[in-house]
Amino acid sequence: MSVEIQTPSGEVKTTHPAADLPPAVEEADSTLPFLQWPAVGSLFLWMIVPLGMTIYFSFIRYNLMNPELTGFAKADNFKYLWEDPAFFPAILNTVILLGSVLVITVVVGVLLAVLYDHRFFGRNVATLLVIAPFFVMPTVSALVWKNMILHPVYGLIALALHSVGLPAIDWFGDHPMFSVILIVSWEWMPFAFLILFTSIKSLDLEQQEAASIDGATGMQMFFRITLPHLSRAIGVVVMIETIFLLSIFAEIYTTTSGGPGTATTNLAYLVYSLGLQQFDIGIASAGGLLAVILANVVAFFLVRLLSNNLKAAR
Amino acid sequence: MSSHSFWYASSPTISKPLANVEDSRLKTWLIGIAGWLIALIVFFPIFWIAITAFKTEQGAYSPDLIFKPTLESFREVFARSNYKAYLLNSIYVSLGSTLLCFLIAIPAAYRMAFFPTPKTAGTLVWMMSTKMMPAVGVLLPVYLLFRTAGLLDSVWGLIFIYTLLNLPIAVWMTFTYFCEVPGAILEAARVDGASLMGELRDVLAPMSLPGISSTALLLIILSWNEAFWSINLTSAKAAPLTVFIASYSSPEGLFWAKLSAASLLAVAPIMVMGWLSQKQLVSGLTFGAVK
Repeated sequence: MSVEIQTPSGEVKTTHPAADLPPAVEEADSTLPFLQWPAVGSLFLWMIVPLGMTIYFSFIRYNLMNPELTGFAKADNFKYLWEDPAFFPAILNTVILLGSVLVITVVVGVLLAVLYDHRFFGRNVATLLVIAPFFVMPTVSALVWKNMILHPVYGLIALALHSVGLPAIDWFGDHPMFSVILIVSWEWMPFAFLILFTSIKSLDLEQQEAASIDGATGMQMFFRITLPHLSRAIGVVVMIETIFLLSIFAEIYTTTSGGPGTATTNLAYLVYSLGLQQFDIGIASAGGLLAVILANVVAFFLVRLLSNNLKAAR
Repeated sequence: MSSHSFWYASSPTISKPLANVEDSRLKTWLIGIAGWLIALIVFFPIFWIAITAFKTEQGAYSPDLIFKPTLESFREVFARSNYKAYLLNSIYVSLGSTLLCFLIAIPAAYRMAFFPTPKTAGTLVWMMSTKMMPAVGVLLPVYLLFRTAGLLDSVWGLIFIYTLLNLPIAVWMTFTYFCEVPGAILEAARVDGASLMGELRDVLAPMSLPGISSTALLLIILSWNEAFWSINLTSAKAAPLTVFIASYSSPEGLFWAKLSAASLLAVAPIMVMGWLSQKQLVSGLTFGAVK
């Protein structure tokens, strides 16, 4: 007997657990379903209760500062959200942040994985240095970049620019979104690299050698062998990063608080500010629901894209 | 096999002379230099934290690499800011959630690996899919539920959240480790009359412990660094280090030496753990989709 596991990316794997043995211990049999119950039950509640409440809240009048305001709100919460001057910037910022970080981390990750696929002196140590930023807590990353590197007067970049006679740049004042993208990319590039580097190591060496003997150039090998081999891993990276990047919060909270104006307010920060600063649970929940829908749309398209890619590769 | 014809068609000479030895040596050098250069650039901010942590507050603003190291900032962080309370919260929350996670995950994985039903695969996929929920989508209900239950700003509250967040990873990883245990060994134990607990303790635990303990490292790292829920659900009493560091976003953050000292202490141990659990990180976060 075997179990077929379908991974999120659509691949079906067959594992061979030790399922062939007879359930010799009688009492074990009757307790078996219970073993799974706590895990399934708690995750079921985790999935259904908060989401159900978000949907419910988004259709009622619910403001913590104004308890008298109650009742069914129809689509009003969505209407207010829509009319909120921060709404469109927030959607746009979410998409820009997500898109830029995805492109940067995947492109740099792929190039670095290819580079590190070659042997060189001290490669293992260098690998540790490259993946290190992923283990730095987001609030530390954000503050170190903001205060020590990008600071317009004392920051290292300002000092470097000054020493060659160039004017300093107020990164968080003039290019706030760029600065946030820079920090978040620095945090997530190591993740992309680690996944892609792991994947590239399983590349068939013989195939590469054969191609090389046949006179294939580096470019040809990259586009014809390496990239197709990595496509699955890239898909996985994109999917996982998307889920996390839709909720990017700590970096914005500690650096810009969504500003200046709404320049770095993303959906996550908007929901926080509507719900936990202005205490309008109804409108904030409408925003939260939107984030869930956005995540599902992205996940749906990515899964389809990925499975199409897989079919084409075969 | 169209790719093959492509290679042949585009290759001018099939019997290409072997690459010059000098050439390949130069190439190795160039690759090494590029690889190290990038590694140093990527690592630089962390290196800079470590350097600045040992400077005086006055010296912290100058980019000097040569200075007299001092532990002054560390002393001040400990003396002035109740650092120990935050540190303890981080330790409680990450260890507590990891323990609770395995308490729930190991029985489930045992059941799934050794007594699978037709539904097992579907259950696993469903568990993973719970991670597809963006945190911001459920922020308000969780906040309000916690407020009602008195779990706001409590260590237990964060432990519950992190347990739920990490549970799919724990079940999946434990399941894969259990699947690697040969069935014949379990059968032999059973024939010898081992009870369920005996089987778990004497056979399964020793065989899967290496894998499970490095998975534990991964879960500890994820909980330690989690900042969305900790910022939103805790303020003073139960705040872990992520929240403490966030408090430096006020003008106090301009005390670079102290910020660096506090950061270095918060980051260094976890980074070592991260380096040790690289493999688990890949398979745990991708649910085995990338090997």
